[in-house]
Amino acid sequence: MTIARVFVANRGEIAVRIVRACRALGLEAVVGVSDVDRDSAAARLADRAVCIGPARASESYLRPETIVQAALGTSCDAIHPGYGFLSENPRLAALAREEGLRFVGPPAEVIELAGDKLRARETAAEAGLPLVPGGEVATLDAARRFAGDSGYPVLLKAAGGGGGRGIKLAHDDDELGVLFGVAVAEAESAFGDPRLYVERFVAAARHVEVQIAADEQGAVVHLGERDCSVQRRYQKVIEEAPAPSITSAQRDALTSAAVAFARAIGYVNLGTVEFMVDAQSGEHFFLECNCRIQVEHPVTEEVTGRDLVAEQLRIAAGEPLSFAQEDVVLDGHAVEARLTAEDVAHDFRPSPGRLSRFAVPDVANLRVDTHCADGTLIPPYYDSLMAKLIGRGPDRASAVGVLSEALERLEVEGVQCNRTLLRDVLAHEDFTAGAVTTRWLEEEALA
Amino acid sequence: MGLTDEDVREILRIIDESQLDELRIDMPDFRLHVRRGGAPPAAEAVEPPSPRRSEPASAAPGAPPEPAAPATASDNGAATIDAPMLGTFYRASAPGEQPFVDVGSKVDADTVVCLIEVMKMMNSVKAGVTGIVVEVCAGNAQLVEYGEPLFRVDPDA
Repeated sequence: MTIARVFVANRGEIAVRIVRACRALGLEAVVGVSDVDRDSAAARLADRAVCIGPARASESYLRPETIVQAALGTSCDAIHPGYGFLSENPRLAALAREEGLRFVGPPAEVIELAGDKLRARETAAEAGLPLVPGGEVATLDAARRFAGDSGYPVLLKAAGGGGGRGIKLAHDDDELGVLFGVAVAEAESAFGDPRLYVERFVAAARHVEVQIAADEQGAVVHLGERDCSVQRRYQKVIEEAPAPSITSAQRDALTSAAVAFARAIGYVNLGTVEFMVDAQSGEHFFLECNCRIQVEHPVTEEVTGRDLVAEQLRIAAGEPLSFAQEDVVLDGHAVEARLTAEDVAHDFRPSPGRLSRFAVPDVANLRVDTHCADGTLIPPYYDSLMAKLIGRGPDRASAVGVLSEALERLEVEGVQCNRTLLRDVLAHEDFTAGAVTTRWLEEEALA
Repeated sequence: MGLTDEDVREILRIIDESQLDELRIDMPDFRLHVRRGGAPPAAEAVEPPSPRRSEPASAAPGAPPEPAAPATASDNGAATIDAPMLGTFYRASAPGEQPFVDVGSKVDADTVVCLIEVMKMMNSVKAGVTGIVVEVCAGNAQLVEYGEPLFRVDPDA
């Protein structure tokens, strides 16, 4: 392999996951840590850890120059950005390339194109993917004209947003008037891009996404889909593969659309093409493309039996995909729950602190991706994900059963966490009956 | 008196929103000293600040306008000048030039002691402490981590 040592530019459970993938491939791993993460699980597991800056992410994990300097200074030949932080930052990808390092992700130009939601929409349309009716709006009048034609409610989205950020829902002309000004200001300050677009709002929708993999030689395959409809404020809570309640014809349509998009955009490495599926009509619409490994990648790994992070590293090293489309066989069902240090009773506010106890039960067919153990500090500076618990089984009910048992027997002390909410969702009759919609958790389960 | 993480977050928030560079709270059974990332200690603060790692509150967020190394006390009374950022450590302004400081050099808080390069950007590092350099801890042109000791300074000399 053309890569021998990998710089891990992330923290938490995904840093641990990347170090393990490096191990599996016989590569060395160097982890860049902030001052408060010096003693983290990833730091201890890696061949070396270097402190890249103070706790605050804007002075450590979010500095492309520091990351590249640290990778060069530790003689790494690749940078794995994980998810979040700089994973979809074209500057890091470009800087790494200029310095002769392999970036574990698509080329900077692809990240830039996919990150511009309006240009991504155009690319999707050219590739023949269905889009939610809508388009760029420069003025409030234009937005009102669109809403007048398509009917309320409508969604206002920031062109530079994505991942659930920069989205507003307007139910009538007045509300649109208020939100438009706010959305312009927010888009400019949060994403550095004031452009907005408007979309018809699909009231009952499911979030279904397709995992794709593409190599530098031009091969593109998909690894099936995931349903991530259990969301709160556009943030995923429970994910599963395969998606329940879609027909095999729908699955074929979604996966071929994802592959077509990946080809059109010149995608390389692993990525995810997200769709919204209208729960009533069954129509699907392109949402966006994520240029990174997803938090929820383990459910795909569990049903395909493939190590996606190792595949990312192989692709980044210039190797062709280790499998062809016909080798991808989906077997069984997997469900993932995101365990977060949040106080559900107090509007999900973060609950940082030191874990006086963290113990994962021994349950057959359970996988746990975590950086936590007895004594781990959950610092207040970063996101609150503590662990991903993944249940697997021959069918959905058995996978859910594994996960429910794990959540029940899990020991967490020292911080508040969302365990009870996760258990309630898994036990809810709407969830056990099949796929719910993206507004279900907030409007039904939490209401 | 125990500090909860909530308390620490609240203190960091207050510091963050204020113009303060430094906050000292002295109570009979409780002392707290928080300083923004790169700000040098206030003139009247003669006693060396506590070592950073045992004091989580001093990892206070705050962007330093220019790097000034936080000086930390070591066991024998000497202070260390620590790297304010990760980068390549250079003892002189250019190859072949005299080093900024060497063992025996007298420094004060504003003395430039080295450069740290981050992707071709040279950042000059100030001593942040007064005294005499007794040891150069990092190798020239080597990678230094954030917080790594660069020099030891005898503040009493």
